[in-house]
Amino acid sequence: MAFEKKHILGLGELSAEEIKIILDTAESMKEISTRDVKKVPTLKGKTVVNLFFEPSTRTRSSFEIAEKRLSADVLNFSASQSSVVKGESLVDTARNFEAMGASIMVIRHGMSGAPFVLARQINASVINAGDGSHEHPSQALIDIFTIREKKGGIEGLNVLIVGDILNSRVARSNIFGLRKLGANVRIVGPATIVPEYFSEMGAEIFYSLEHAIENVDVVIMLRVQSERKTLEYFPSLREYSGLYGLTREKLRLAKKDVIVMHPGPINRGVELTSEIADDPDAVILEQVANGIAVRMAMIYLVALGESL
Amino acid sequence: MGTKKKIQPLEDRAESFFSGIIDDISPERLSSLIVIGIKTRGEYLGKRLVERISERTGKDVTFGTIDITLYRDDFENRKNWPRLRRTSIPDDVQGKNIILVDDVLYTGRTVRAAINSIMDYGRPASVKLAVLVDRGGRELPVQPDYAGISIETLDDEMVNVYLEEVDGREEIEIIRRNGV
Repeated sequence: MAFEKKHILGLGELSAEEIKIILDTAESMKEISTRDVKKVPTLKGKTVVNLFFEPSTRTRSSFEIAEKRLSADVLNFSASQSSVVKGESLVDTARNFEAMGASIMVIRHGMSGAPFVLARQINASVINAGDGSHEHPSQALIDIFTIREKKGGIEGLNVLIVGDILNSRVARSNIFGLRKLGANVRIVGPATIVPEYFSEMGAEIFYSLEHAIENVDVVIMLRVQSERKTLEYFPSLREYSGLYGLTREKLRLAKKDVIVMHPGPINRGVELTSEIADDPDAVILEQVANGIAVRMAMIYLVALGESL
Repeated sequence: MGTKKKIQPLEDRAESFFSGIIDDISPERLSSLIVIGIKTRGEYLGKRLVERISERTGKDVTFGTIDITLYRDDFENRKNWPRLRRTSIPDDVQGKNIILVDDVLYTGRTVRAAINSIMDYGRPASVKLAVLVDRGGRELPVQPDYAGISIETLDDEMVNVYLEEVDGREEIEIIRRNGV
Protein backbone atom coordinates (compact mmCIF):
# COMPACT_ATOMS: atom_id res chain seq x y z
CA MET A 1 0.00 0.00 0.00
CA ALA A 2 1.24 3.47 -0.84
CA PHE A 3 0.73 6.67 1.12
CA GLU A 4 -1.88 8.61 -0.81
CA LYS A 5 -2.75 11.44 1.55
CA LYS A 6 -2.15 14.93 0.23
CA HIS A 7 -2.31 16.45 3.72
CA ILE A 8 -1.35 15.31 7.21
CA LEU A 9 -3.88 16.98 9.48
CA GLY A 10 -4.08 14.61 12.42
CA LEU A 11 -3.63 11.04 13.58
CA GLY A 12 -7.41 10.86 14.02
CA GLU A 13 -7.75 10.57 10.28
CA LEU A 14 -4.77 8.41 9.44
CA SER A 15 -5.09 4.63 9.30
CA ALA A 16 -2.76 2.34 11.24
CA GLU A 17 -1.15 1.40 7.93
CA GLU A 18 -0.57 5.06 7.00
CA ILE A 19 0.98 5.75 10.40
CA LYS A 20 3.31 2.79 9.89
CA ILE A 21 4.37 4.10 6.48
CA ILE A 22 5.30 7.44 8.06
CA LEU A 23 7.28 5.67 10.81
CA ASP A 24 9.09 3.38 8.36
CA THR A 25 9.93 6.31 6.10
CA ALA A 26 11.24 8.24 9.10
CA GLU A 27 13.46 5.30 9.95
CA SER A 28 15.05 5.57 6.50
CA MET A 29 15.29 9.37 6.82
CA LYS A 30 17.10 9.17 10.15
CA GLU A 31 20.24 7.92 8.50
CA ILE A 32 20.60 11.14 6.46
CA SER A 33 21.39 13.14 9.59
CA THR A 34 24.42 10.92 10.26
CA ARG A 35 26.09 11.69 6.92
CA ASP A 36 28.86 14.05 6.01
CA VAL A 37 26.45 15.98 3.80
CA LYS A 38 23.15 16.00 5.70
CA LYS A 39 21.02 16.68 2.68
CA VAL A 40 19.28 14.86 -0.15
CA PRO A 41 18.22 16.57 -3.39
CA THR A 42 14.64 15.23 -3.40
CA LEU A 43 12.64 18.49 -3.09
CA LYS A 44 15.04 20.74 -4.98
CA GLY A 45 13.09 23.66 -6.44
CA LYS A 46 10.00 23.09 -4.28
CA THR A 47 8.91 25.75 -1.81
CA VAL A 48 7.63 25.04 1.68
CA VAL A 49 6.11 27.73 3.92
CA ASN A 50 6.05 27.49 7.69
CA LEU A 51 2.97 29.44 8.73
CA PHE A 52 3.23 29.94 12.48
CA PHE A 53 0.36 31.84 14.07
CA GLU A 54 1.56 30.83 17.54
CA PRO A 55 5.03 31.12 19.01
CA SER A 56 7.23 28.02 18.68
CA THR A 57 10.93 27.43 18.79
CA ARG A 58 11.54 23.74 18.55
CA THR A 59 8.70 22.69 16.26
CA ARG A 60 9.41 25.44 13.78
CA SER A 61 13.18 24.90 13.83
CA SER A 62 12.71 21.18 13.51
CA PHE A 63 10.40 21.55 10.51
CA GLU A 64 12.80 24.06 8.96
CA ILE A 65 15.78 21.72 9.30
CA ALA A 66 13.71 18.83 7.93
CA GLU A 67 12.68 20.90 4.89
CA LYS A 68 16.25 22.01 4.26
CA ARG A 69 17.59 18.46 4.51
CA LEU A 70 15.21 17.58 1.68
CA SER A 71 16.58 20.58 -0.31
CA ALA A 72 13.30 22.51 -0.34
CA ASP A 73 13.29 26.30 -0.34
CA VAL A 74 11.89 27.48 2.98
CA LEU A 75 9.83 30.53 3.85
CA ASN A 76 9.06 31.35 7.46
CA PHE A 77 6.05 33.32 8.43
CA SER A 78 5.15 34.31 11.95
CA ALA A 79 1.90 36.07 12.74
CA SER A 80 3.34 38.71 15.03
CA GLN A 81 5.26 40.45 12.26
CA SER A 82 2.93 40.05 9.33
CA SER A 83 -0.08 41.18 7.41
CA VAL A 84 -2.27 39.32 9.93
CA VAL A 85 -1.87 42.34 12.19
CA LYS A 86 -3.22 44.35 9.25
CA GLY A 87 -6.33 42.17 9.22
CA GLU A 88 -5.61 39.64 6.47
CA SER A 89 -7.41 36.30 6.79
CA LEU A 90 -5.68 32.94 7.12
CA VAL A 91 -6.84 31.73 3.72
CA ASP A 92 -5.80 34.97 1.98
CA THR A 93 -2.37 34.78 3.58
CA ALA A 94 -1.97 31.18 2.40
CA ARG A 95 -3.18 31.99 -1.12
CA ASN A 96 -0.54 34.67 -1.38
CA PHE A 97 2.16 32.16 -0.58
CA GLU A 98 0.63 29.79 -3.08
CA ALA A 99 0.84 32.51 -5.73
CA MET A 100 4.54 32.73 -4.91
CA GLY A 101 4.88 29.03 -5.73
CA ALA A 102 4.62 27.34 -2.34
CA SER A 103 3.43 23.76 -2.67
CA ILE A 104 3.51 22.65 0.97
CA MET A 105 2.32 24.63 4.00
CA VAL A 106 3.15 23.71 7.55
CA ILE A 107 0.72 25.47 9.82
CA ARG A 108 0.46 26.09 13.53
CA HIS A 109 -2.61 27.95 14.70
CA GLY A 110 -4.30 28.69 17.99
CA MET A 111 -7.69 27.69 16.63
CA SER A 112 -8.58 24.01 16.56
CA GLY A 113 -9.42 23.05 12.99
CA ALA A 114 -7.55 25.88 11.23
CA PRO A 115 -5.36 23.47 9.14
CA PHE A 116 -8.52 21.63 8.02
CA VAL A 117 -10.07 24.89 6.78
CA LEU A 118 -6.87 25.69 4.93
CA ALA A 119 -6.64 22.23 3.34
CA ARG A 120 -10.11 22.70 1.85
CA GLN A 121 -9.42 26.18 0.51
CA ILE A 122 -6.01 25.91 -1.14
CA ASN A 123 -4.27 23.60 -3.60
CA ALA A 124 -1.04 23.14 -1.65
CA SER A 125 -0.46 20.26 0.76
CA VAL A 126 -1.08 21.12 4.40
CA ILE A 127 0.74 19.71 7.42
CA ASN A 128 -0.70 20.44 10.85
CA ALA A 129 2.04 21.59 13.23
CA GLY A 130 -0.43 22.02 16.10
CA ASP A 131 -3.97 23.42 16.05
CA GLY A 132 -5.41 24.79 19.29
CA SER A 133 -6.03 21.98 21.72
CA HIS A 134 -6.96 19.58 18.93
CA GLU A 135 -3.99 17.74 17.36
CA HIS A 136 -0.21 17.90 17.11
CA PRO A 137 0.46 15.01 14.74
CA SER A 138 4.20 15.53 14.24
CA GLN A 139 4.87 15.46 17.99
CA ALA A 140 2.80 12.30 18.50
CA LEU A 141 4.50 10.61 15.54
CA ILE A 142 7.86 11.48 17.11
CA ASP A 143 6.75 10.00 20.43
CA ILE A 144 5.46 6.85 18.75
CA PHE A 145 8.60 6.59 16.58
CA THR A 146 10.82 6.90 19.67
CA ILE A 147 8.77 4.32 21.59
CA ARG A 148 8.92 1.90 18.66
CA GLU A 149 12.66 2.37 18.37
CA LYS A 150 13.21 1.78 22.10
CA LYS A 151 10.69 -1.02 22.60
CA GLY A 152 10.76 -2.70 19.20
CA GLY A 153 7.01 -2.27 18.68
CA ILE A 154 3.86 -0.58 19.92
CA GLU A 155 1.29 -3.35 20.19
CA GLY A 156 0.49 -4.44 23.73
CA LEU A 157 2.57 -1.74 25.45
CA ASN A 158 1.16 0.14 28.45
CA VAL A 159 1.60 3.85 27.86
CA LEU A 160 0.73 6.44 30.50
CA ILE A 161 0.10 10.10 29.67
CA VAL A 162 0.32 12.43 32.66
CA GLY A 163 -1.04 15.93 33.07
CA ASP A 164 -3.25 18.39 31.25
CA ILE A 165 -5.07 16.03 28.91
CA LEU A 166 -7.94 18.46 28.37
CA ASN A 167 -5.87 21.22 26.79
CA SER A 168 -3.20 19.03 25.21
CA ARG A 169 -3.08 18.49 21.47
CA VAL A 170 -0.08 16.20 22.04
CA ALA A 171 -2.21 13.93 24.24
CA ARG A 172 -5.06 13.73 21.71
CA SER A 173 -2.77 12.87 18.83
CA ASN A 174 -0.91 10.32 20.92
CA ILE A 175 -4.10 8.62 22.09
CA PHE A 176 -5.34 8.33 18.48
CA GLY A 177 -2.04 6.99 17.20
CA LEU A 178 -1.15 4.66 20.06
CA ARG A 179 -4.64 3.12 20.14
CA LYS A 180 -4.58 2.53 16.38
CA LEU A 181 -1.26 0.70 16.71
CA GLY A 182 -2.57 -1.46 19.55
CA ALA A 183 -1.12 0.08 22.73
CA ASN A 184 -3.05 0.35 26.00
CA VAL A 185 -3.27 4.03 26.88
CA ARG A 186 -3.78 5.32 30.40
CA ILE A 187 -4.27 8.96 31.28
CA VAL A 188 -3.89 10.55 34.70
CA GLY A 189 -4.19 14.01 36.22
CA PRO A 190 -6.54 16.18 38.29
CA ALA A 191 -10.20 15.43 37.45
CA THR A 192 -10.65 18.99 36.16
CA ILE A 193 -8.22 18.38 33.30
CA VAL A 194 -8.78 14.66 32.74
CA PRO A 195 -12.36 14.61 31.47
CA GLU A 196 -14.25 11.34 31.40
CA TYR A 197 -15.12 11.55 27.71
CA PHE A 198 -11.54 10.56 26.87
CA SER A 199 -12.57 7.01 27.66
CA GLU A 200 -14.49 7.13 24.36
CA MET A 201 -11.13 7.47 22.61
CA GLY A 202 -10.08 4.22 24.25
CA ALA A 203 -8.02 5.66 27.11
CA GLU A 204 -8.22 4.30 30.64
CA ILE A 205 -8.69 7.09 33.17
CA PHE A 206 -6.89 7.40 36.51
CA TYR A 207 -6.65 10.15 39.11
CA SER A 208 -3.78 8.73 41.16
CA LEU A 209 -0.36 8.69 39.55
CA GLU A 210 0.80 5.92 41.90
CA HIS A 211 -1.99 3.64 40.64
CA ALA A 212 -1.73 4.63 37.02
CA ILE A 213 2.01 4.14 36.73
CA GLU A 214 1.99 0.52 37.85
CA ASN A 215 3.44 -1.78 35.23
CA VAL A 216 3.75 0.81 32.46
CA ASP A 217 6.37 0.65 29.67
CA VAL A 218 6.28 4.32 28.76
CA VAL A 219 5.45 7.53 30.62
CA ILE A 220 4.67 10.63 28.56
CA MET A 221 4.72 13.74 30.73
CA LEU A 222 2.75 16.72 29.47
CA ARG A 223 3.80 20.27 30.07
CA VAL A 224 1.86 22.49 32.44
CA GLN A 225 0.79 25.01 29.82
CA SER A 226 0.55 28.37 31.48
CA GLU A 227 -0.42 29.94 28.13
CA ARG A 228 -3.44 27.64 27.95
CA LYS A 229 -4.43 28.47 31.51
CA THR A 230 -3.69 25.00 32.87
CA LEU A 231 -3.07 26.69 36.20
CA GLU A 232 -6.74 27.62 36.55
CA TYR A 233 -7.72 23.97 36.83
CA PHE A 234 -6.03 23.18 40.16
CA PRO A 235 -5.33 25.06 43.39
CA SER A 236 -1.56 25.50 43.17
CA LEU A 237 1.49 24.48 41.23
CA ARG A 238 2.96 23.00 44.41
CA GLU A 239 -0.05 20.79 44.92
CA TYR A 240 0.07 19.71 41.27
CA SER A 241 3.72 18.80 41.32
CA GLY A 242 3.26 17.00 44.65
CA LEU A 243 0.49 14.81 43.23
CA TYR A 244 1.40 14.51 39.55
CA GLY A 245 5.07 15.43 39.32
CA LEU A 246 7.24 12.47 38.37
CA THR A 247 9.83 11.49 40.97
CA ARG A 248 12.26 8.63 41.23
CA GLU A 249 10.04 6.94 43.88
CA LYS A 250 6.94 6.99 41.69
CA LEU A 251 8.89 5.82 38.66
CA ARG A 252 9.95 2.73 40.60
CA LEU A 253 6.36 1.47 40.39
CA ALA A 254 6.58 1.28 36.59
CA LYS A 255 8.26 -1.53 34.66
CA LYS A 256 12.01 -1.79 35.16
CA ASP A 257 12.81 -0.74 31.60
CA VAL A 258 10.35 2.16 31.54
CA ILE A 259 11.17 5.15 29.34
CA VAL A 260 10.18 8.73 30.16
CA MET A 261 9.17 11.18 27.46
CA HIS A 262 8.28 14.85 27.37
CA PRO A 263 7.37 16.96 24.33
CA GLY A 264 9.24 19.93 25.81
CA PRO A 265 9.82 22.58 26.92
CA ILE A 266 10.29 21.07 30.39
CA ASN A 267 9.33 22.90 33.55
CA ARG A 268 11.97 21.37 35.79
CA GLY A 269 10.63 20.64 39.26
CA VAL A 270 7.00 20.78 38.09
CA GLU A 271 6.23 17.87 35.74
CA LEU A 272 9.41 16.03 36.57
CA THR A 273 12.40 16.43 38.79
CA SER A 274 15.73 17.47 37.28
CA GLU A 275 17.07 14.11 38.35
CA ILE A 276 14.62 12.34 36.02
CA ALA A 277 14.94 14.82 33.16
CA ASP A 278 18.68 14.11 33.03
CA ASP A 279 18.36 10.36 33.65
CA PRO A 280 19.31 7.85 30.97
CA ASP A 281 15.73 6.44 31.10
CA ALA A 282 14.55 9.80 29.82
CA VAL A 283 14.66 9.96 26.04
CA ILE A 284 13.69 13.63 25.76
CA LEU A 285 16.67 14.73 23.67
CA GLU A 286 16.37 11.65 21.47
CA GLN A 287 12.80 12.75 20.79
CA VAL A 288 14.16 16.06 19.55
CA ALA A 289 16.68 14.33 17.24
CA ASN A 290 14.04 11.92 15.95
CA GLY A 291 11.81 14.93 15.30
CA ILE A 292 13.84 15.89 12.26
CA ALA A 293 13.56 12.42 10.69
CA VAL A 294 9.82 12.17 11.36
CA ARG A 295 9.15 15.62 9.92
CA MET A 296 11.28 14.81 6.86
CA ALA A 297 9.10 11.74 6.35
CA MET A 298 5.88 13.79 6.68
CA ILE A 299 7.02 16.42 4.19
CA TYR A 300 8.37 13.83 1.77
CA LEU A 301 5.18 11.77 1.84
CA VAL A 302 2.79 14.69 1.29
CA ALA A 303 5.09 15.91 -1.48
CA LEU A 304 4.67 12.54 -3.18
CA GLY A 305 0.92 12.63 -2.58
CA GLU A 306 0.26 16.19 -3.72
CA SER A 307 -0.92 17.09 -7.20
CA LEU A 308 1.23 19.93 -8.43
CA MET B 1 -1.57 -8.10 -28.39
CA GLY B 2 -0.56 -9.63 -25.07
CA THR B 3 2.84 -10.15 -23.59
CA LYS B 4 5.66 -12.36 -24.70
CA LYS B 5 8.03 -13.81 -22.15
CA LYS B 6 11.52 -15.25 -22.58
CA ILE B 7 13.21 -16.91 -19.66
CA GLN B 8 16.91 -17.74 -19.38
CA PRO B 9 18.18 -19.65 -16.37
CA LEU B 10 21.11 -17.88 -14.71
CA GLU B 11 23.01 -21.13 -14.08
CA ASP B 12 26.64 -20.44 -13.19
CA ARG B 13 26.77 -17.05 -14.89
CA ALA B 14 26.41 -15.20 -11.59
CA GLU B 15 29.40 -17.13 -10.26
CA SER B 16 31.61 -16.36 -13.26
CA PHE B 17 30.52 -12.72 -12.96
CA PHE B 18 31.83 -12.67 -9.37
CA SER B 19 35.13 -14.44 -10.22
CA GLY B 20 35.72 -11.97 -13.05
CA ILE B 21 35.42 -9.10 -10.57
CA ILE B 22 37.61 -10.75 -7.94
CA ASP B 23 40.36 -11.56 -10.51
CA ASP B 24 40.57 -7.84 -11.20
CA ILE B 25 40.94 -6.66 -7.60
CA SER B 26 44.57 -5.94 -6.76
CA PRO B 27 45.77 -6.60 -3.18
CA GLU B 28 46.11 -2.82 -2.59
CA ARG B 29 42.53 -2.18 -3.65
CA LEU B 30 41.30 -5.11 -1.60
CA SER B 31 42.49 -3.51 1.64
CA SER B 32 40.43 -0.37 1.03
CA LEU B 33 37.44 -1.92 -0.70
CA ILE B 34 33.77 -1.26 0.02
CA VAL B 35 31.07 -3.17 -1.86
CA ILE B 36 27.79 -1.26 -2.13
CA GLY B 37 24.63 -2.93 -3.42
CA ILE B 38 21.78 -0.92 -4.92
CA LYS B 39 18.47 -2.02 -3.45
CA THR B 40 16.77 -4.42 -3.96
CA ARG B 41 18.45 -7.06 -6.15
CA GLY B 42 21.84 -5.35 -6.13
CA GLU B 43 21.89 -5.78 -2.37
CA TYR B 44 21.75 -9.57 -2.67
CA LEU B 45 24.31 -9.69 -5.48
CA GLY B 46 26.61 -7.40 -3.49
CA LYS B 47 26.27 -9.62 -0.44
CA ARG B 48 27.21 -12.67 -2.54
CA LEU B 49 30.22 -10.83 -3.96
CA VAL B 50 31.45 -10.05 -0.44
CA GLU B 51 31.06 -13.73 0.49
CA ARG B 52 33.00 -14.87 -2.59
CA ILE B 53 35.77 -12.35 -1.86
CA SER B 54 36.04 -13.67 1.66
CA GLU B 55 36.14 -17.30 0.44
CA ARG B 56 38.85 -16.57 -2.14
CA THR B 57 41.06 -14.12 -0.26
CA GLY B 58 40.18 -14.62 3.40
CA LYS B 59 39.49 -10.88 3.69
CA ASP B 60 36.28 -9.44 5.08
CA VAL B 61 35.21 -6.55 2.93
CA THR B 62 32.88 -3.80 4.16
CA PHE B 63 29.41 -4.07 2.68
CA GLY B 64 26.80 -1.35 2.36
CA THR B 65 23.44 -0.84 0.68
CA ILE B 66 21.83 2.21 -0.87
CA ASP B 67 18.30 3.17 -1.75
CA ILE B 68 18.46 5.76 -4.54
CA THR B 69 14.83 6.94 -4.31
CA LEU B 70 15.66 10.33 -2.77
CA TYR B 71 18.11 10.98 -5.64
CA ARG B 72 15.76 10.15 -8.51
CA ASP B 73 15.41 12.63 -11.36
CA ASP B 74 11.77 11.88 -12.21
CA PHE B 75 9.80 13.77 -9.55
CA GLU B 76 6.91 14.06 -12.03
CA ASN B 77 6.63 10.27 -11.92
CA ARG B 78 6.63 10.20 -8.09
CA LYS B 79 3.30 8.38 -7.84
CA ASN B 80 5.18 5.29 -8.98
CA TRP B 81 8.14 5.68 -6.66
CA PRO B 82 8.69 2.67 -4.42
CA ARG B 83 8.52 2.81 -0.63
CA LEU B 84 11.66 4.39 0.79
CA ARG B 85 14.12 1.95 2.32
CA ARG B 86 17.15 2.55 4.43
CA THR B 87 20.60 3.37 3.10
CA SER B 88 23.39 1.92 5.20
CA ILE B 89 27.06 2.49 4.55
CA PRO B 90 28.81 1.27 7.68
CA ASP B 91 32.24 2.72 6.94
CA ASP B 92 33.68 6.08 5.92
CA VAL B 93 33.89 6.15 2.09
CA GLN B 94 36.59 8.85 2.08
CA GLY B 95 39.58 7.59 0.05
CA LYS B 96 38.08 4.10 -0.37
CA ASN B 97 37.68 2.01 -3.51
CA ILE B 98 34.06 1.24 -4.12
CA ILE B 99 32.41 -1.42 -6.23
CA LEU B 100 28.80 -0.53 -6.92
CA VAL B 101 26.64 -3.58 -7.66
CA ASP B 102 23.26 -3.76 -9.38
CA ASP B 103 21.29 -6.43 -11.19
CA VAL B 104 20.35 -4.70 -14.46
CA LEU B 105 21.94 -1.69 -16.18
CA TYR B 106 19.58 0.10 -18.55
CA THR B 107 19.28 3.91 -18.85
CA GLY B 108 22.10 4.62 -16.39
CA ARG B 109 19.89 6.91 -14.31
CA THR B 110 19.93 4.67 -11.24
CA VAL B 111 23.72 4.58 -11.34
CA ARG B 112 23.89 8.37 -11.66
CA ALA B 113 21.67 8.65 -8.56
CA ALA B 114 23.75 6.08 -6.68
CA ILE B 115 27.02 7.91 -7.43
CA ASN B 116 25.53 11.21 -6.25
CA SER B 117 24.33 9.52 -3.08
CA ILE B 118 27.77 8.01 -2.35
CA MET B 119 29.42 11.41 -2.85
CA ASP B 120 27.29 12.78 0.00
CA TYR B 121 29.16 10.44 2.34
CA GLY B 122 32.62 11.61 1.31
CA ARG B 123 35.07 11.43 -1.57
CA PRO B 124 35.96 7.87 -2.53
CA ALA B 125 39.25 7.15 -4.34
CA SER B 126 37.34 5.29 -7.06
CA VAL B 127 33.94 3.89 -7.92
CA LYS B 128 33.59 0.90 -10.24
CA LEU B 129 30.32 -0.43 -11.56
CA ALA B 130 29.44 -4.14 -11.65
CA VAL B 131 26.13 -5.27 -13.16
CA LEU B 132 24.90 -8.79 -13.69
CA VAL B 133 22.97 -7.87 -16.84
CA ASP B 134 23.76 -5.04 -19.25
CA ARG B 135 20.72 -4.63 -21.48
CA GLY B 136 21.89 -1.53 -23.39
CA GLY B 137 19.57 1.46 -23.92
CA ARG B 138 21.68 4.06 -22.10
CA GLU B 139 20.36 7.62 -21.69
CA LEU B 140 23.41 8.83 -19.76
CA PRO B 141 27.15 8.32 -20.36
CA VAL B 142 27.49 5.41 -17.92
CA GLN B 143 29.31 2.16 -18.72
CA PRO B 144 29.89 -0.87 -16.52
CA ASP B 145 33.39 -1.98 -15.48
CA TYR B 146 32.09 -5.53 -15.06
CA ALA B 147 29.05 -7.03 -16.75
CA GLY B 148 28.07 -10.68 -16.29
CA ILE B 149 25.79 -10.88 -19.30
CA SER B 150 25.23 -8.45 -22.16
CA ILE B 151 21.99 -8.70 -24.09
CA GLU B 152 20.33 -6.74 -26.86
CA THR B 153 16.86 -5.52 -25.91
CA LEU B 154 14.12 -3.30 -27.26
CA ASP B 155 12.68 -0.27 -25.49
CA ASP B 156 9.34 -1.94 -24.87
CA GLU B 157 10.98 -4.93 -23.24
CA MET B 158 11.41 -5.33 -19.50
CA VAL B 159 14.32 -7.24 -18.05
CA ASN B 160 13.88 -8.77 -14.61
CA VAL B 161 16.46 -10.70 -12.65
CA TYR B 162 15.19 -13.23 -10.12
CA LEU B 163 17.47 -14.33 -7.32
CA GLU B 164 17.29 -17.28 -4.95
CA GLU B 165 17.35 -15.09 -1.82
CA VAL B 166 14.26 -13.05 -2.71
CA ASP B 167 12.49 -14.96 -5.44
CA GLY B 168 13.43 -18.57 -4.83
CA ARG B 169 14.75 -19.00 -8.39
CA GLU B 170 17.70 -17.88 -10.50
CA GLU B 171 16.49 -16.50 -13.81
CA ILE B 172 16.57 -13.62 -16.23
CA GLU B 173 13.16 -12.83 -17.63
CA ILE B 174 12.63 -10.66 -20.70
CA ILE B 175 9.05 -9.53 -21.13
CA ARG B 176 7.81 -7.79 -24.25
CA ARG B 177 4.56 -5.89 -23.87
CA ASN B 178 2.32 -6.00 -26.92
CA GLY B 179 4.73 -8.50 -28.39
CA VAL B 180 3.78 -10.34 -31.55
